Amino acid sequence: MSVSIGFGRTDTSILGEWWWTVDRWLLAALAALIAVGAMLILAASPAVAERIGADSFHFVRRQFMFLPLCIVVMLAVSLLSPRGVRRLAAIGLLAAILLMILTLLIGPEIKGATRWINIAGISLQPSEFAKPFFAVVAAWMFAEARESNAFPGNMIACGLYAVVASLLLLQPDVGMTLVLSAVFFAQFFLAGLPLALVVICIMAGVAGVIGAYQSFPHVASRVDRFLDPSSGDSYQVATAMQAFKKGGFFGLGPGEGRVKAVLPDAHTDFIMAVAGEEFGLILCLVVVGLFAFIVLRGFARMLHEDNLFVLLAGAGLLVQFGLQAVINMGSTLHLMPTKGMTLPFISYGGSSLLALAIAMGMVLALSRRRFGTGGLQ
Amino acid sequence: MIGRLATIIKGRAATALAPPRDPSRGMTESQRAEAQRRRAIETGRNRLLFTGIMFTLAFAVIAGRMVDLTVLKGGETQVRQQARMARTAPLEMGRADIVDRNGVVLATSLPTVSLYANANEVLDPEEAAAKLVRVLPDLSRADVQARLSAPRNFVYLKRNLTPREQYEVNALGIPGLYFERGERRIYPHGGLFSHVLGLTDIDNNGIAGLEKTFDGLLKSGTPLRLALDARVQTVMRNELLRAVETFSAIGAIGMVMDVHTGEIISMVSLPDFDPNNPGATTAENMFNRATLGVYEMGSTFKLLNTAIALDSGKSTLQSVYDASKPLRVARFTISDFHGKNRPLTVPEVLMHSSNIASAKMAIDYGTETQRAYMGALGMLRTAAIELPEVGSPLVPSPWREINTMTISYGHGIAVTPLQVVTGVSALVNGGILRPATLVKHEPGAEPAGQRVLKEQTSYQMRQLMRLTVMGGSGSMSEVPGYHVGGKTGTAEKLGAGGTYRRKSLLSSFIAAFPMHDPRYVVLAMIDEPQGTKETFGYATGGWTAAPAVGRVISQIGPMLGVPSTTEDQAEAVLPIRYLHTLTKSTASASTE
Repeated sequence: MSVSIGFGRTDTSILGEWWWTVDRWLLAALAALIAVGAMLILAASPAVAERIGADSFHFVRRQFMFLPLCIVVMLAVSLLSPRGVRRLAAIGLLAAILLMILTLLIGPEIKGATRWINIAGISLQPSEFAKPFFAVVAAWMFAEARESNAFPGNMIACGLYAVVASLLLLQPDVGMTLVLSAVFFAQFFLAGLPLALVVICIMAGVAGVIGAYQSFPHVASRVDRFLDPSSGDSYQVATAMQAFKKGGFFGLGPGEGRVKAVLPDAHTDFIMAVAGEEFGLILCLVVVGLFAFIVLRGFARMLHEDNLFVLLAGAGLLVQFGLQAVINMGSTLHLMPTKGMTLPFISYGGSSLLALAIAMGMVLALSRRRFGTGGLQ
Repeated sequence: MIGRLATIIKGRAATALAPPRDPSRGMTESQRAEAQRRRAIETGRNRLLFTGIMFTLAFAVIAGRMVDLTVLKGGETQVRQQARMARTAPLEMGRADIVDRNGVVLATSLPTVSLYANANEVLDPEEAAAKLVRVLPDLSRADVQARLSAPRNFVYLKRNLTPREQYEVNALGIPGLYFERGERRIYPHGGLFSHVLGLTDIDNNGIAGLEKTFDGLLKSGTPLRLALDARVQTVMRNELLRAVETFSAIGAIGMVMDVHTGEIISMVSLPDFDPNNPGATTAENMFNRATLGVYEMGSTFKLLNTAIALDSGKSTLQSVYDASKPLRVARFTISDFHGKNRPLTVPEVLMHSSNIASAKMAIDYGTETQRAYMGALGMLRTAAIELPEVGSPLVPSPWREINTMTISYGHGIAVTPLQVVTGVSALVNGGILRPATLVKHEPGAEPAGQRVLKEQTSYQMRQLMRLTVMGGSGSMSEVPGYHVGGKTGTAEKLGAGGTYRRKSLLSSFIAAFPMHDPRYVVLAMIDEPQGTKETFGYATGGWTAAPAVGRVISQIGPMLGVPSTTEDQAEAVLPIRYLHTLTKSTASASTE
């Protein structure tokens, strides 16, 4: 018997079945994104690490320790059936909510917000994990509500949303609340929210944004600086724009950039500026293309889906993924007020990376080809 | 893949985003459930397509922006501007300056920093307190430690640090200490304008004086230009301080008013305070005698009395009043201080300051006339001035004949010095009363004022005031070339029991100059002066206040650009010499 590299079509082992049912285009795009991210961390983070007095490869080493772990987690999660995804999300959401409450009680205050918690020597941001798990649980509730008139799924989903959103606002983390709300709204919309209510929700959203502007001074200051850059310190954005300009079409070349030496968040929120300066428009368009491909390819798979829960959960996770990318790149490019939002799989950050791995693992699991209609096995 | 999406979009473009209509009639239960599920999934697909389109647009915009920035160099000018703006923090300069009429800064705001602590972040309060006291020695170590130990995240430690202090605190590197940017009100002239400017509290809210009146305006950043002149104010304050010291007085008041505009050029009240150090003020120092204090003015009121008599037509310059013996009315006796004990003409009544004759003039024109004129001259109502600290006059009620008689020489009515200055300005400026103001009028925007006296009366009053200085009680205020005219006043202050105290005097002199074309009214009042060897023990207005006014005029006349003229030039405009024919003695000693 020859050593086969792939799996035979008739192979019914878990891995064999996985290989033939998983969306390999999606898998390839995620792999490419992770590779680009690893390269950009190598380019951007040593300068930042040196500036804060750490050893040059401090961030690189940490990220490279996390990456294999993340790939394993993502692939492991993608082995799950849709029902397994649902169970994982339900348990995960419960754990994340408990950790968020714990964070508020015992977490240290960093830059005016309580978001992190130390567990067994690893600092975690539980809210990062709450986001994907909540999206899946909300999808479950919406689907149940649509399929059985008696089940109060919409009410439960709204209640859960209120709990998670309040916990986020208590930290306070306005940006993440915004993403959570947007994803929740998108899922509710997909689940057949009457169009009149859609309009009302959009208006409520606008009111919520205005409310945040009025009640959180740092939000107001950021919006003011976006609308009128001269009204305050818009140093980061101005520097980022200059970086894109200097990069041009081909970029200055790896290691030739200057922006990473001056931008405090060059390895996280403003990593696209480093990409633009050193690798030029080409790489920027590749990154945007990869994000667009993953989101749209995922959507296309969901369009063929016959199960409402799978459709809502997959779409929710993809909306969250895409929205985060759009917000990060939008603020770096000065298309919207700056918002501390990581670029999925590209920015440095352990919690965010691990949470994304779980989320995309779930997307891979949900987008696997299944037979029959509406089943969850 | 995008192509595949496009095909799907085309196929579904016809279906709306709204859920499809319910075709479920005539179905079994399971069929109905299946139909409902189908409908839900169909809605979900349609809307997912819509969401996909939105994302496509968003990514397209981002890609477009990238092309715009990197290749087309879009937003270049904008970027450059931002880069230049990058490090400018807005300077928060709140409260506006107050300047004098020539733009000299009287009150300004300096940016400062205040030290506060988030006590929850301070690791070791004891050590932190010990270190802090070393660089800020005026803090109490125990107090600082107590503040840092309290579980509060905002405690002030010290306001208004100097840059050096800030540097030293920073150098200590104590976690949990922060600086708050603020501003501090600075009065470069110290106590010179204390009562006029007033005070601000620790949070820069105006709490007294013009700082309070114009609090809103100053906070909005609009500078305030006053009518006052820092040079004139300095002269006035120096001369009053000298008088207070010479005569061991307890206080003094000085004012200069532009008779044609009502602008107050100088306003001094002693004792005063340093608004830079509000902690050291006392209620007595804070009291603005010029506007808040009401006093029986004494003989300076005889100017008003004479003006009323002349203007009402009851008296002329030639009228004669017998002052040979005291006037008895009911149980009161009105007598003269240094009586001439003979009939006096109207000029002599002022020159020798006869109470008896003044009272007789008042009886001639009557109570109603007096009340009407006093009202028109602003003596019966609270003066309108931009200060919150304004006193209301004490007016007799009922207004009997005996009141009319005492008011004629300035007793039985108490008014603020500001009212007297305003009224006398109307006496000499041609008969127009203009409201007093501390704020500079725009050129040409002076108020029209109100005619209260005939021009002829004003002309005669100028003659009489000049005569009183040339040959009467005000002779010590004479300044060569400036043709001072005026009237002394010496009032006995009311004691605690309501009786007049002979030794507690309020000695004053009110003057105008130059009398042939009056420009300014000058008032000086000395509170409880004591006579000296040089004054032969006299502490009257003629000996104490008149010399001060003379010295003030001799200095401010040139400053204010008042031309010096010879006696003959003045005589041509305002003939005085012929009036001597109406007086028996031009060189008599001053009497009150």
